[in-house]
Amino acid sequence: MILFEADGLTKHFPLRKGLFGRSNGAVRAVDGVSFTIEAGRTLGVVGESGCGKSTTAKLVLKLEEPTGGTIRFMGKKLHDLDAAGLREYRKSVQAVFQDPFASLNPRMRVSDIVAEPLITNETLTKGEARQRVARLLELVGLPDRAADLFPHEFSGGQRQRIAIARALALSPKLVVLDEPVSALDVSIRAQILNLLRDLQRDLGLAYLFIAHDLAAVAHMSHSIVVMYLGKVVEFGPAKTVATDPKHPYTQALFAAALPSHPDETREEIILTGEVPSPINPPAGCRFHPRCLHVMPHCSHVVPELQTAHGREVSCHLYDVAR
Amino acid sequence: MSVNAPASSRTAGVTLAWRWASYHSEGLPVIPILILLILGFLAIFAEFVAPHNPEVGTLSLRFRPPAWIAGGSSEYLLGTDHIGRDVLSRLIFGARVSMLVGFLAVLFAGFVGTVLGILAGYIGSWVDQVIMRLTDAWLALPALMFAIFLAAIVGPSEFNIVIILGLVYWTRYARVIRGEVLSLKERDFVRLAIVAGCSKWTIMRRHILPNVLNTAIVLATLMLGVVIVTEAALSFLGVGVPPPKPAWGLMLADGKKGLMAGYWWLTVFPGVCIVLMVLAANLLGDWLRVKLDPQLRQL
Amino acid sequence: MSDRPLLELDKLSTHYVTGRGTRTVKAVDEVSITLRAGETLGIVGESGSGKTTLALSILRLLPTAAHIVSGSMHFEGEDLLAKSPGEMRRMRGKRIAMILQDPMASLNPLFTVGDQVAEPVRIHEHTSRRSARERAGSLLRSVKIPAVTQRLREYPHQMSGGMRQRIVGAIAISCEPGLLIADEPTTSLDVTIQAQYLKLLREIQRERGLALIFITHNLGIVAHMCDSVAVMYAGRVVESGPVRRIFNAPAHPYTRALVESIPRLGEGPERLTAIDGHPPDLISLPAGCAFHPRCPQVIDRCRIEAPDTVEVEPDHRARCWVMAPGPRSRA
Repeated sequence: MILFEADGLTKHFPLRKGLFGRSNGAVRAVDGVSFTIEAGRTLGVVGESGCGKSTTAKLVLKLEEPTGGTIRFMGKKLHDLDAAGLREYRKSVQAVFQDPFASLNPRMRVSDIVAEPLITNETLTKGEARQRVARLLELVGLPDRAADLFPHEFSGGQRQRIAIARALALSPKLVVLDEPVSALDVSIRAQILNLLRDLQRDLGLAYLFIAHDLAAVAHMSHSIVVMYLGKVVEFGPAKTVATDPKHPYTQALFAAALPSHPDETREEIILTGEVPSPINPPAGCRFHPRCLHVMPHCSHVVPELQTAHGREVSCHLYDVAR
Repeated sequence: MSVNAPASSRTAGVTLAWRWASYHSEGLPVIPILILLILGFLAIFAEFVAPHNPEVGTLSLRFRPPAWIAGGSSEYLLGTDHIGRDVLSRLIFGARVSMLVGFLAVLFAGFVGTVLGILAGYIGSWVDQVIMRLTDAWLALPALMFAIFLAAIVGPSEFNIVIILGLVYWTRYARVIRGEVLSLKERDFVRLAIVAGCSKWTIMRRHILPNVLNTAIVLATLMLGVVIVTEAALSFLGVGVPPPKPAWGLMLADGKKGLMAGYWWLTVFPGVCIVLMVLAANLLGDWLRVKLDPQLRQL
Repeated sequence: MSDRPLLELDKLSTHYVTGRGTRTVKAVDEVSITLRAGETLGIVGESGSGKTTLALSILRLLPTAAHIVSGSMHFEGEDLLAKSPGEMRRMRGKRIAMILQDPMASLNPLFTVGDQVAEPVRIHEHTSRRSARERAGSLLRSVKIPAVTQRLREYPHQMSGGMRQRIVGAIAISCEPGLLIADEPTTSLDVTIQAQYLKLLREIQRERGLALIFITHNLGIVAHMCDSVAVMYAGRVVESGPVRRIFNAPAHPYTRALVESIPRLGEGPERLTAIDGHPPDLISLPAGCAFHPRCPQVIDRCRIEAPDTVEVEPDHRARCWVMAPGPRSRA
């Protein structure tokens, strides 16, 4: 069942210059992005700086409003929701962010941090809240007495568990995971990734998993969307996209991923140049200046997202001959 | 096996550097705290500690020098002023005035400034513009002039002085707190509170306020010195605490006339008191700033 | 290939003194390392493992609170600990160079790129401004920066992260050092930029016969770039050896768990092997082996006595009483 659907999602940040703030162009952070997330499954998002994945996360969490396109959650357009509907949305979509040191209010006890979503959205007695918090802490593998402590008394990995417990407080349907293990020590990452998988299996959670560690994303995701300069270049089942990428950028990206063993060799695809700025993206296909398979019309015709080889890809190489 | 660098000079240098550094970062600033505690004690128990009535003097005993100088007596340890009032007792009661006015003014300024700073920083848009332009305009006025102006309008009294000082100095808080709030706003835990559905008032109360308190406290200790000096200046100029109530600034003003005649104790002692209190407050504030800041960053 | 090692550390220990002299933190604890000319050594460790302190110790750039308390360091046969501050200064940049994680912090925003690349040349070789400038130009070309003449006149903030890191690299190799220490140089770079950069480093290394020490927490970099590995935990080297050996048959339980906990692109187990607990706080280390609270193979001896170094095979050493059994299964 499709839980979440983004259709042509767009977010432009206007640039202001001059004394009176005349708009002078825009940062086209997200430019017509479409993807779906199925209930209980993980959608991985990969891309490098400027690709728009953080902005996409903020749009999903309604921390930013889109400048175009639609978001449908459980079939209903986000745009059409009234105050009650919006509250329901907030309860259904939660988040875990990258920095375990910044995600928790240093002045609040763990029990208050984890209970905050509960007391904001439901009426509970102190005892009920306490019980719910205890259950949540147990779910993430933290001891009961953690509830009375402050964040600084915990390690990075434990703080991330607290953040996960809080995210689960309202029994959400979708959790946005924005680089959930990047700031953790290597030996702790596997713990947290395993925990997230177990929770998904036990609670039927859907994840939007954003990370720059390609192997971690491939490991955790059921489907993957690859973004470049605000656009989706490839979207499909995780295994397919990771092991047999079709878009030249995806190919370069996964080829650049570091091996897990010295003998693991990959075809070397080294891209030239830098990632251009999202303020003035190249015309036509945004990847064309760096593409090894560039064709003449790539520089003025924007490729559409179309189905090819079992996934969606946005590249003229796969244009069906008309 | 070779050890790094010649041992003795290195260790001596290191120990010295360590002592200095640790006074500034780890050791409690014992002396400033002691000074403030003593002054606080004197302020509270003035009635029991002061040997004489600070407001009534014996005219026949005017201009007596301090006890250790010829002509002085042990009954008036620090001498008497032009009306024959005991300088020591006036200093002790003056501590009460300075501390009371100082603390209350700082609290008032802190409260107003912090609230406005949080509102300006978090809500942004027109609220921010209004408050900031107000702050700019306010700050453009020289504090002392402004205080004198207000004092001249409402008339001198202890209560009025507290209000006036609070009104003059709230802007410093607002500016600093607003800056802090601007960066706090971007922190993940605030974002997560929004995601959890909290209203902006809840966020300001639960997440922003407790995290700016540290800064507000440090600012308060630093402002204490400024406020006390301003109060002294106002009293000196005659628009502060009204006589015959003892205030250090007032004592300076009164004593000024005696300087030429050689009655140095009338100005030196109140001056020393002001310096001590301001120095203690500043050192404490400085230490607090270092002490509280790195914790914040670690968290 | 000379048979004398380029760099030799023997039981080097660096301690931090904190809390007004009351507490000692053993940031580097009896570390022994051997590196030959042209080789790449990877020093792997997490936060608190001591790897950065080790790098700073080699260059003797430690902060005031830290001292090298015992052990020895030899570079090209010379005793580094016996050198005066002036001699050490002449070594840095000229014979041993270092690059750090954040290129923006490594470059001075107020000087042009040309000035900064030319600086070490001018300092160490006392050349004229013009010839230093020309050197800078050819250095930028060797790190594959396009439009060199223009770049020389630009400032760091006008460049991307990847380009800045190349400039830092150019500065590092400007005086043809024999050893380059790179402390997490690609952590802040995007994946494709990292690939470009690592490729560049390998080319430079091959062209100049440069020895490289790569300090990282990323085993992928080690697998990709390094000839040998030293794994650090709580200030000690718990395992060292040739890279294939370490990946195929890690002897220390920590190394083994680390290698198995990394997600693999393509085929991989459903569940990652996780290590319980978290890296220790160097201020309060457990007794005996620092890893014992988290070790799946812990025995009583581990809790009491810190293990000695055992030679598993020539060149492959580990500090463990138990040793992980046999080669790992490539599941």
